[in-house]
Amino acid sequence: MTRTLIRRILMMPFLVLGIVTVAFMLSQITRGDPLAALIGERQMGNPTIVAAAKAKWGLDRSLPERYAIYLGNLVQGDMGTSFRTRQPVASDLSRRLPATLELVVAAVLIGGVTGVFLGVLAAKYRDTIVDTVVRLLALTGSSVPMFWLGLLVLFIFSVRLGILPGPGRLDTRTAAPEFVTGFFTIDSLLAGQFAKFREALAHLVLPASVLGWTVTGIVARLVRASMIDVMSQDFVLAARAKGAGAWRVLLNHGLRNALIPTLTILGFTFAYLITGAVLTETIFSWPGIGSYAVDAARSLDYPAIIGVTIVGGFAFLIANLLTDIAYAIVDPRVRTGGA
Amino acid sequence: MTPPRLLDIRGLTITLPQRDRRITAVSGVDLEVERGEILGLVGESGSGKSLSMLAVLGLLPRSAKVGGSVRLDGEEILGAPERRLRKLRGKRVGMVFQDPMTALDPVMTVGAQLIETLRIHEPGLSRSLARRRAIDLLGQVAIAAPEQRIDQYPHEFSGGMRQRVVIAMAIANDPELLIADEPTTALDVTIQAQIVELLERLRRERNLGLVLITHDLGLIAGLADKVTILYSGAIVERGPVFDIFANSHHPYTRGLLRAMPGAEAEGERLVAIPGTPPSPASRPEGCPFHPRCRLAVPRCSAEAPAFRWFGQSMAACHLAEEAARMELRETAHGV
Repeated sequence: MTRTLIRRILMMPFLVLGIVTVAFMLSQITRGDPLAALIGERQMGNPTIVAAAKAKWGLDRSLPERYAIYLGNLVQGDMGTSFRTRQPVASDLSRRLPATLELVVAAVLIGGVTGVFLGVLAAKYRDTIVDTVVRLLALTGSSVPMFWLGLLVLFIFSVRLGILPGPGRLDTRTAAPEFVTGFFTIDSLLAGQFAKFREALAHLVLPASVLGWTVTGIVARLVRASMIDVMSQDFVLAARAKGAGAWRVLLNHGLRNALIPTLTILGFTFAYLITGAVLTETIFSWPGIGSYAVDAARSLDYPAIIGVTIVGGFAFLIANLLTDIAYAIVDPRVRTGGA
Repeated sequence: MTPPRLLDIRGLTITLPQRDRRITAVSGVDLEVERGEILGLVGESGSGKSLSMLAVLGLLPRSAKVGGSVRLDGEEILGAPERRLRKLRGKRVGMVFQDPMTALDPVMTVGAQLIETLRIHEPGLSRSLARRRAIDLLGQVAIAAPEQRIDQYPHEFSGGMRQRVVIAMAIANDPELLIADEPTTALDVTIQAQIVELLERLRRERNLGLVLITHDLGLIAGLADKVTILYSGAIVERGPVFDIFANSHHPYTRGLLRAMPGAEAEGERLVAIPGTPPSPASRPEGCPFHPRCRLAVPRCSAEAPAFRWFGQSMAACHLAEEAARMELRETAHGV
């Protein structure tokens, strides 16, 4: 297993190169002239300005040239300058990625824990009212539109009840804690600012729950299905035949085995949400990657689009690697490489 | 007054739901096992052997309805509350499953599973002591280097070794009764003999009562003291193993013996029983075996045969006397 992991890690630079190439090429074949977005429709008729802008942004070079320049810069951590924000894409992303990561980590935690809990309950009380309720909840998790759910919870908890804050990572007048990890909850704790920590946490609750709810649905259904599958296996009967109680069998033997397929989904979900949290980020004014991607796409901001694509692809690679490592921890058959 | 039997099953009947009706999977089964005795329970797939034994431990799905009586050491345990049954399972009654590849939890070390078995019934047992006992158990079932093997996972064991682990778990809490459900079916022939030997040794050393579920008559002949033949959920013949093998009074048993490889002489051939056993849902009227029986007469399809004694064995067949005269062997030129 160690050898497999090492091979996977050694493969990663090539995969990243693949992602970069695909992202770069895709952005070149899309229709729409970034120049128009850059200098404005009216200036497009002015050849001097067009030529100057082309030269400034390197758009006068050939495609292979631009690709080579981009790669060379990327190696040095330079992802170009955003057409829209006029800031280096790398610094835009590094400011926004932690916001998304904090949100997604919280969402996956919430969704994972509640999903496993509900899935186990549904499997244990299969074909009873408990099961039906859980399945219904899971269904709403994956079918209720997130923008609607987001607005609904904002209205209820923030506007009506006033027990949770509105959009944003912090109250408007609060300054961000000193940057360490970019996670406001962690950074505020590190700075010893407990009031700020509570504030950041309170701001995180609603968006993370809304985003986590979809994860809950997916995980609950998967855990239910794999629990039912595992519970029909001989070793579960064998465990009961040794005198193990229902809960011990369920958790010690059932869940441990059922978690293996769940890990894959969690890893995949995590990576997906990095770029897939757009709606949640938009509704909750969360300054993350998702909203950045939407803005970039709207304004044909190619450097930013490519940057987001690379980050998203990279997130999948990392999530896959982490999933493999988690597999090795949970499943001894993977660890020793045998079967 | 004689001491109660170790296991005494009377009139065990199991019905299972199937769509809109209930089907009788086991009907009126009687079984007795004494300490130190091996009972062979023989029948084709679906004859109700395994169901009956799961019923003993209360391990049938909730939808199954069980009737009759199951006494363990005189105590009625059929329909006993789950808490009571849990104290019996793995403690006084150990169970060995058919397929050692699936009977062990793949994500736990064999040690952890053995220790779990010990600590379920002895919660106060310290981890280190439980571990030592687990190592000792692995040694008892003849697993080499148990100190190292205990920390390995099931997939690191061969099939035969896994079955030894399963047996070690079954005997961990020193049960009086061991139920082995086709313990050798999934194993290589050479390994089968070792497992049989192990079971026989454990029976001898621990004075275990052993119920051996199998469809391998050869295994029964070499190991069991008495044998009960099930067909379609009901007993057709039972008695001391020698009587049954030498002088069976039931055409079904005769058919099984004829189909048994290994005992035929040169020039003889094995004879299969034609047809397949009926499913419990479509059990024929009268004697359930009559559609496949070579001796069947009209009475067989009309009237279910009662048990009759023949020496120390009993058989349920209208034509038992004729069955006893049935040739066990046919020459290749014959028939």
